[in-house]
Amino acid sequence: MSDAYNPRIVGFLCNWCAYTGADLAGVSRARVSSSLHAIRVMCSGRIDPLYVIMAYLKGADGVMGMGCHPGDCHYLKGNYNARRRFVMLESIFKTLGLDGKRIGLWWVSASEGKRFAQVTNEFTELMKTKGPNPFREEMFI
Amino acid sequence: MPKALKMDVEASQGVKNFLKHLLESGKVKGVFALKKMNDSGAVSYSLITSVEELASAEPLMPLMPENAGQALSRLTVKEALKEPVAAVLRPCELRAFTELVKRVQGSEDNLLLISPICAGVFPLSSATDGSWEKQMASYAESSREGKIHPGVRKMCQACTSFIPGRADITVAFAGRKDTGSSCHLILDTPRGEEFAQGAPGTPETVEKEPAELAPLREARAARRSEVFKEIDVQGQKGLIKTFAPCLGCHGCMHVCPICHCVLCVFDSKMYELQPWSIESEPESKGGIRVPSGTLFFHLGRMAHMAVSCVNCGMCSDVCPVNIPVSEVFSMVGDQLQKVFEYVPGRDVEESVPSGTYKEDEFAGIGEQ
Ligand code: SF4
Ligand code: SF4
Ligand code: FES
Repeated sequence: MSDAYNPRIVGFLCNWCAYTGADLAGVSRARVSSSLHAIRVMCSGRIDPLYVIMAYLKGADGVMGMGCHPGDCHYLKGNYNARRRFVMLESIFKTLGLDGKRIGLWWVSASEGKRFAQVTNEFTELMKTKGPNPFREEMFI
Repeated sequence: MPKALKMDVEASQGVKNFLKHLLESGKVKGVFALKKMNDSGAVSYSLITSVEELASAEPLMPLMPENAGQALSRLTVKEALKEPVAAVLRPCELRAFTELVKRVQGSEDNLLLISPICAGVFPLSSATDGSWEKQMASYAESSREGKIHPGVRKMCQACTSFIPGRADITVAFAGRKDTGSSCHLILDTPRGEEFAQGAPGTPETVEKEPAELAPLREARAARRSEVFKEIDVQGQKGLIKTFAPCLGCHGCMHVCPICHCVLCVFDSKMYELQPWSIESEPESKGGIRVPSGTLFFHLGRMAHMAVSCVNCGMCSDVCPVNIPVSEVFSMVGDQLQKVFEYVPGRDVEESVPSGTYKEDEFAGIGEQ
């Protein structure tokens, strides 16, 4: 892959933690990969697996979910539900021979601007090594 | 060993006699079973309340016009039955009903659940051309011999959950040598025993899964791995190959007993192509397929329900373009069920994995 290749990553960020964490990363001038296209959700529990599948099939090179650490969800159990959904997606991807490394879930609190930058950058690097999602050019989805 | 009632008639007649006794004695007010519809040859699940109508009931007829779990849900979703009803349904249908009850889509109150050790059902196409009837003799024979009948649904050939787990009464059918001239109703629960009191037949004790059933279990397990090998859904290429003929009729979803949502997003226009994507997508792809969203529909439905898939085979059976939907969903479901140590329909008190969680599980996820 040439250095110019910039993956497109869709991120579903919980309003109460990662989304604020992303703001903090900006305020503290951390370098954050420009690959991430953030979508704010009210809770990681609102990330319907359909969103992840849709982003993936429409050609996103990677899909990130981000939520509050276990025990910190504003709605108490949204992140636990999200965790099970990502476990399910992982299993389905594996059975169907799809690349499960292109999707994932991270806990990022509102005060973890640094962690937000770090996980986003790391994921971007991983997607760079993988190259574009083959579904990007697929007419039949 | 569980108690049983032995009858000196073949199994379907035995079940019919038993149902007749229940109805006549007033122990039940109705019978829910397959019934022949006039002279058309068609069968439908029906709630039967008179002994005359019971004459054309075919409780063990190897056809599944609808998953009975779905049919029972229709009867009990608004209100539980007020009077006792005996329901005869296959093991996968009972599992489906159990999954629906968990989702508050039905009630087991007042139901006496009767289910056979199942030898499989014929595809619905054989109901319309009548070919199932010609195969009945060989069906009964292979059932007695504990063999897979080659005419039954592929999913039935590959089903290893053919012994009902939570019926009140189990009809010993598949794999029993004696079913030609006699049969056993195994009384699994106190409720089953209570209803069987005074019914025609002699009390006995029998094993629910005797050694003579082992070859059938082995054959089914072997067939299951074969069936999963026959389908190709590996990666983008495999998925497209398998689902390319899909018309988007959503028949598979509508007959699926687990897919009960009234306002399913896939029935809405929510995920139709957006005007802007009609412009932008062809740029990178050279075009768009219409209808769009075929894989999205199948993978999305999978993510929502495959953990509860009961392997009934309805979806494959109705698919007009012969896509092996249930084979794919069962294969994916098997793996999901392993992850969550979940068996659909095992226990009505057990929560659906997507509706519950434990605080201390899957610890690695999120922390990386
Ligand atoms: S029944 Fe067959 S054609 Fe219709 S939506 Fe399902 S897979 Fe597609
Ligand atoms: S997905 Fe198919 S096999 Fe599974 S429960 Fe639904 S209709 Fe039955
Ligand atoms: S509020 Fe952040 S994950 Fe629920």
